[in-house]
Amino acid sequence: MRVEDFDLFSTLVKQRSGLVLTKDKAYLLESRLMPVARKWQMKGLDELAQAMRGRRDEAMARDITEAMTTNESSFFRDQKPFDLFRQLVLPSLTEARAAKRSLRVWSAACSSGQEAYSLAMLLAEEGPKLAGWKFDIVGTDISAEMVERARAGLYTQFEVQRGLPITLLVKHFKQSGDKWQLSPQLRQMASFREFNLLGDLSGLGQFDVVFCRNVLIYFDQPTKARVLDQIARLMPADGVLFLGGAETVLGITDRFKPMDGQRGLYVINKPASAAAGLKKAAG
Amino acid sequence: MKSCLVVDDSRVVRKVARRILEELQFSCAEAEDGRQAMEYCARTMPDAILLDWNMPVMTGIEFLRRLRKMTGGGEPKVVFCTTENDLAHIQEALSAGANEYIMKPFDSDIIQTKFAQVGLL
Repeated sequence: MRVEDFDLFSTLVKQRSGLVLTKDKAYLLESRLMPVARKWQMKGLDELAQAMRGRRDEAMARDITEAMTTNESSFFRDQKPFDLFRQLVLPSLTEARAAKRSLRVWSAACSSGQEAYSLAMLLAEEGPKLAGWKFDIVGTDISAEMVERARAGLYTQFEVQRGLPITLLVKHFKQSGDKWQLSPQLRQMASFREFNLLGDLSGLGQFDVVFCRNVLIYFDQPTKARVLDQIARLMPADGVLFLGGAETVLGITDRFKPMDGQRGLYVINKPASAAAGLKKAAG
Repeated sequence: MKSCLVVDDSRVVRKVARRILEELQFSCAEAEDGRQAMEYCARTMPDAILLDWNMPVMTGIEFLRRLRKMTGGGEPKVVFCTTENDLAHIQEALSAGANEYIMKPFDSDIIQTKFAQVGLL
């Protein structure tokens, strides 16, 4: 691939999704974009680059961006965050919201919906304890195709075997041809929207819990800081943020701080400005 | 080191499963059908059993029902691993005492997460 074509594609993808593609990812770009080129009846990436330089087609730009973003997901991915949610976050937040009896949870960059639906199943398992509660699980993803798949709640045999205990499959899914579909009751607990994390997040409303896992790793530092900052604005003082195993807020923002001894769990750093002042004073 | 008995009439499947399980630090034994598995369990009860459904001589489901009636036969975690992939078979397996269920084809990821879910890892 020509250097100027790589630059064109990587700039486009960065602008639209925040995803940073370094030169060593050229092979990835080539293998992911060839199908896009074929879809648009082009011979190769140089032709695709040519087209993007000319009259920029929005649908084509979207295809290129979506092809480069990662849609890896599985039910109860990493397990631990879901254990923490059930054992720690849910008891404290349900106590704090006892009068309102409602909780809003955001699955940011939700891919095909497994994280959102894992939470729905987890809440359903809590049973009568949570009777009368209203849970609003919102999944968002930059990819229209992923949002559509998430809404359908339809998964391959391979997907339902990754992370999903067999008892939950039997309880909540129905076989549909060679796929498995989540029950309408559980699907109802989550809604999905196409949404770009780089955009203005304020329209999404307030969230008590945010899952934003394995997303920030693809962004550069300023983008990480901006996204975390915006997420903090959507959360009440006792809100909780889950990040992926390889992600942190340390050195990026002081809007959040790690919850003591709980990996991957972050809370709002309430006196954000005061804490920063203290650090300065101490230094 | 935990032990796993791999029960499948296909030598290839046993070999693949064994390689995955040994990587997960299991010591493995093999049986070609339910009868051989019964004989093995009568001598030594393994910690885990990876179990095919359709086999000559004695099927997996018949073996499981007998196993659960044996002395100490409630102990092993039994994970079905079969091409039977419909709800009816899964429910039958669970009510016969299976702990988990894998629908073939499988890979090391699936075996690993299923074994972790039943507390073997």
